[in-house]
Amino acid sequence: MVNEPLINHSHGVHDVHHDDGSKATFGFWIYIMSDCVLFAMIFATYAVLHTHVYGGPNAKELFSMPFVLTETFILLTSSFTYGLAMLASNKANKSQVLFWLFITFLLGLAFISMEVHEFTNLIREGNSFSRSAFLSSFFTLVGTHGLHVTSGLIWMLALMYQVMKHGITPKTHTKLACLSLFWHFLDIVWIFVFTVVYLMGAI
Amino acid sequence: MFGILTLEAIPREPIIVGTMIFMVLGALAVLGTITYLKKWKYLWTEWLTSVDHKKIGVMYIILAIIMLLRGFADAIMMRSQQAIAVGANHGYLPPFHYDQVFTAHGVIMIFFMAMPFMFGLLNLIVPLQIGARDVAFPFLNSFSFWLTAGGAALVMLSLVLGEFAATGWLAYPPLSELRFSPGVGVDYYIWALQISGIGTLLSGINFFVTIIKMRCPGMTMFKMPVFTWTALCSMVLVIIAFPVLTVTLAMLGLDRYLDMHFFTTDFGGNQMMYVNLIWAWGHPEVYILVLPAFGIYSEVVATFCKKPLFGYVAMVWATIAITVLSFIVWLHHFFTMGAGADVNAFFGIATMIISIPTGVKVFSWLFTMYRGRITFSVPMLWLIGFLITFTIGGMTGVLMSVPGADFQLHNSLFLIAHFHNTIIGGVVFGYFAGFSYWFPKAFGFKLNEKFGKRAFWCWLVGFYVAFMPLYILGLMGMTRRLNHYDASTGWHPFLVVAAMGAAIIACGIFFQIFDIVTSIINHKKSKDTTGDPWDGRTLEWSIPSPPRFYNFAITPKVDSLDAWWKTKQKLKENGGKKEQPHYEDIHMPKNTGMGFIMAGCIFVVGFAMIWHIFWLAIVGLVATIGCVIARALDYDTDYYVTAAEVEKLENEIQAEISDRK
Amino acid sequence: MMKKLKLSVQMLLISSMMFLLGGCNIPILEPKGIVALHERNLILIAVALMLIVVIPVFILTFVFAWKYRASNTKAKYDPEFAHSKWIELICWGVPCAIIAVLATITWISTHELDPYKPLDVSTKPITIQAISLDWKWLFIYPEENIATINYIQFPVNVPINFKITSDAPMNSLWIPQLSGQIYSMTGMQTKLHMMATEAGDYRGGSASFSGAGFSDMKFTVRASTQEEFDNWVTEVRKSPNALNMNDYDVIAKPSENTPVTYYSSVKEGLYQEVINKFMSPNMSDMKMSMPKQSSTNTEHAGGMSGMSDSSM
Repeated sequence: MVNEPLINHSHGVHDVHHDDGSKATFGFWIYIMSDCVLFAMIFATYAVLHTHVYGGPNAKELFSMPFVLTETFILLTSSFTYGLAMLASNKANKSQVLFWLFITFLLGLAFISMEVHEFTNLIREGNSFSRSAFLSSFFTLVGTHGLHVTSGLIWMLALMYQVMKHGITPKTHTKLACLSLFWHFLDIVWIFVFTVVYLMGAI
Repeated sequence: MFGILTLEAIPREPIIVGTMIFMVLGALAVLGTITYLKKWKYLWTEWLTSVDHKKIGVMYIILAIIMLLRGFADAIMMRSQQAIAVGANHGYLPPFHYDQVFTAHGVIMIFFMAMPFMFGLLNLIVPLQIGARDVAFPFLNSFSFWLTAGGAALVMLSLVLGEFAATGWLAYPPLSELRFSPGVGVDYYIWALQISGIGTLLSGINFFVTIIKMRCPGMTMFKMPVFTWTALCSMVLVIIAFPVLTVTLAMLGLDRYLDMHFFTTDFGGNQMMYVNLIWAWGHPEVYILVLPAFGIYSEVVATFCKKPLFGYVAMVWATIAITVLSFIVWLHHFFTMGAGADVNAFFGIATMIISIPTGVKVFSWLFTMYRGRITFSVPMLWLIGFLITFTIGGMTGVLMSVPGADFQLHNSLFLIAHFHNTIIGGVVFGYFAGFSYWFPKAFGFKLNEKFGKRAFWCWLVGFYVAFMPLYILGLMGMTRRLNHYDASTGWHPFLVVAAMGAAIIACGIFFQIFDIVTSIINHKKSKDTTGDPWDGRTLEWSIPSPPRFYNFAITPKVDSLDAWWKTKQKLKENGGKKEQPHYEDIHMPKNTGMGFIMAGCIFVVGFAMIWHIFWLAIVGLVATIGCVIARALDYDTDYYVTAAEVEKLENEIQAEISDRK
Repeated sequence: MMKKLKLSVQMLLISSMMFLLGGCNIPILEPKGIVALHERNLILIAVALMLIVVIPVFILTFVFAWKYRASNTKAKYDPEFAHSKWIELICWGVPCAIIAVLATITWISTHELDPYKPLDVSTKPITIQAISLDWKWLFIYPEENIATINYIQFPVNVPINFKITSDAPMNSLWIPQLSGQIYSMTGMQTKLHMMATEAGDYRGGSASFSGAGFSDMKFTVRASTQEEFDNWVTEVRKSPNALNMNDYDVIAKPSENTPVTYYSSVKEGLYQEVINKFMSPNMSDMKMSMPKQSSTNTEHAGGMSGMSDSSM
């Protein structure tokens, strides 16, 4: 009775083990949820420490609103262009996908460059992450988001190469969908960063 | 060139040098044997590069057993130190060494013994219980394992190169900050936990998706075996809790490496935040460990009582309740930090509420025994031992959840006795039960019952002899982590008894090792051809042992709980008439060494960061990213086993069974 | 009437538990102060309550295991028995009821035994400021203007208000026979209240691991008569040592197994300065004269408020 099948047919039963991309997308959603917890903890830390300036400058004295607003618009636009890439992917239009991915990549790169510029300026002015607990938590919060965006950019390059090589297949489409989730997620996190760090800091 | 790594980092204390020589000789012996037997290729192709969940499960458990021996050696050192360090005698372990020993003991037992053991059992059994051919992401599974192994390797390395943290297993700042712990010990701690923690998080996602997405047709959520349910809840906890650990350790690391000020004493750092954060992970962590153990007990009790589990639905809801509640009780670990009475009372009451679903579980197991036909095989003995021991641990736990009582019991040996009572009595007994219960499934032969029972009795008796004195010592005002103490305290006799208890447990471990070794040597005699040696109830028993690499030749379909039990009954009714099976092509993942290599690169990053060899860290990081991209660009990751091949393999098994008969 | 009954039941429980555990010298079960006494009674009541479930579990485990062993074919075997409304009702109901009672006790006792709450006694209390250092305790008596290392003395039946901070890693001040413990942390103040009801020498120490010399962070607490206490204060005042900031810097350096030391006088505001030096850069220079900031006397330092600012 060892290999007695529990059932008498397996005709017509959908092969649940075949990777149709739904597992990957679902798994990626779960990863995003856990990343959400990660950011939530850093936000909580920032909330606790943002007044611990230890005689140093506070948020209001440090940040330039127009600069951050530009950053925000760049990132939001990149989310929009990524959406256009996904629409193109749905239509299996390879060249359009590549075009919009490239635009998204440039916007992401611009965002990261601006952030690096902001960080180096702060450090040059003597307001580095060692200055106070507030600045430690600021650099960590914004920096963690920046690291995520950077890895998203590397991923985007790898994906562009894959789309060039394989075209829009179910596999590349799933991968594009996962990066799409990731990219929009980072956008949402940035909106929170913008609100909690910069807007509330400016008040 | 080598950062802060110099020859000075090699310890010179006789005890450590002895251990070092022993470790190096052991490693050489293993490597030599492999070379002599020409098994390197086999090892690489069949194990190190395997993405088969069953093999990964076995490797996890081997890792857990090795680390259990290391962690237990630490325990013996602590018990013997405290048994002799009375009055003017300060024992044989100076604080510098002793403090590392108790830190390593805690870290190893939780992260590198219990966690790998749990993931080992999950890997072995969960896909089989839900009728799946593998986990959702087999490559990720292999990667996760090697990350865990990499973390364990870093802890072991700290023994021979530098030092380990001497801060206690949760490394509270400011003690763990650079100002008070300038050595590399805390850095070993941070990187070992960070690397294995990421592995754990990935595994958590992997198994969550596996259980949600890959159950066989007909297996609705409330037809899942209880072990799978508890695994699912445990994975939910992993997914939510482990990012908290990652963040907390990262911030401690930033404090130490980049002179940031999250938890420092000055510059506005807040040490209480660390304590909150680490326990926001730490409390769910104990449920991550114990829930699967509860699942194992549920499987064991039903099988060995020959009855379905009493109150399945209540059991599932109790598990879910514990999962949710475990996130709102973390503050009970530090009532003594000065929170207000309202806050303390809230967390105290939330904690004791957890005892309600836990109590329901205990009654469910008890009433499964009621009107059963109980066979006292080794797994069932562990269950009985658990019921008694865990109930005591639960009682002392509820006691400590009353803040007024906790002010007196916190940080004392009473606390130590309590959590060993739940972790050994609950988690370890459970994993041992699961180990002997599922061993024949993984290897195709049973463990020796006689030695298994001896091991059980040694563990049970040893446990009580070792830890009941600790309860009394706690009430006598003895705090944890003491290196030596005055004779006038009257603690000495109890500590001597506790040391004897540890020796009895050592006999238990000896019997277990002996059991495994002799069972392997005599495996032909105890061969199990049925695939179902215990007359089991769930799907893992419906296939041969060890299972074929594709697990199920035909995807099963279930329509009730205890699906295999029902199938067996139906077979009995219709006289064992079998349908002609119809095989189909099976889609399987290819083995790959990428998980091993990537984890290896990350291990190098960790090592380089610990010793401030920054160029090497950058090389390791770039190599890791390169591997990730290479893996992403690799589209040739799976293959099909044709229906004809499956039929051939299945007929081989049939022939083998008929031969034996 | 009910109250009397409740009290006598309590006493019965407590005395029977004491009988069971009698014989050894077990400090927590033999309290000599009023806080420790309440805590002891709370422990015993909670244990007694839980035994209502625990003992039946023990009995059922053994009875079921014995009765339904496979070799006992006379016992009823019911392979389908997996559900019973009544049993499940009891399984949920009894623990719920017990936890409800215990939760009520917890809510009340947690407020009564809040370590920050001054004792409800009419006698004028004595304040002691405790600073945990690597690896010794410095105790300052601000009213008497004296200080000691690793030794405390106070009169019986006088409430003692401890104010506690740290100039080292986190420690925990614990005198088991007089009261439960509370953490000491840098830049913050925690509080502990206790009162000895019997004269004697009691063991105190740190309960929270703080590094290499932790095992010797212990001290003797002597509860004496008022007269003996006054004599002791006079004796301390004769000590040649005075504690100023320079001396403090020296004793704050790590040292192990530090002997008992007396200081005949203490620089005013030293305790506050030790807290303040972690608070802002202006305070980090210990030689600064007077603390500018005095917002450290916040109620309830830790716990949930660890997530908020009130802790600082």
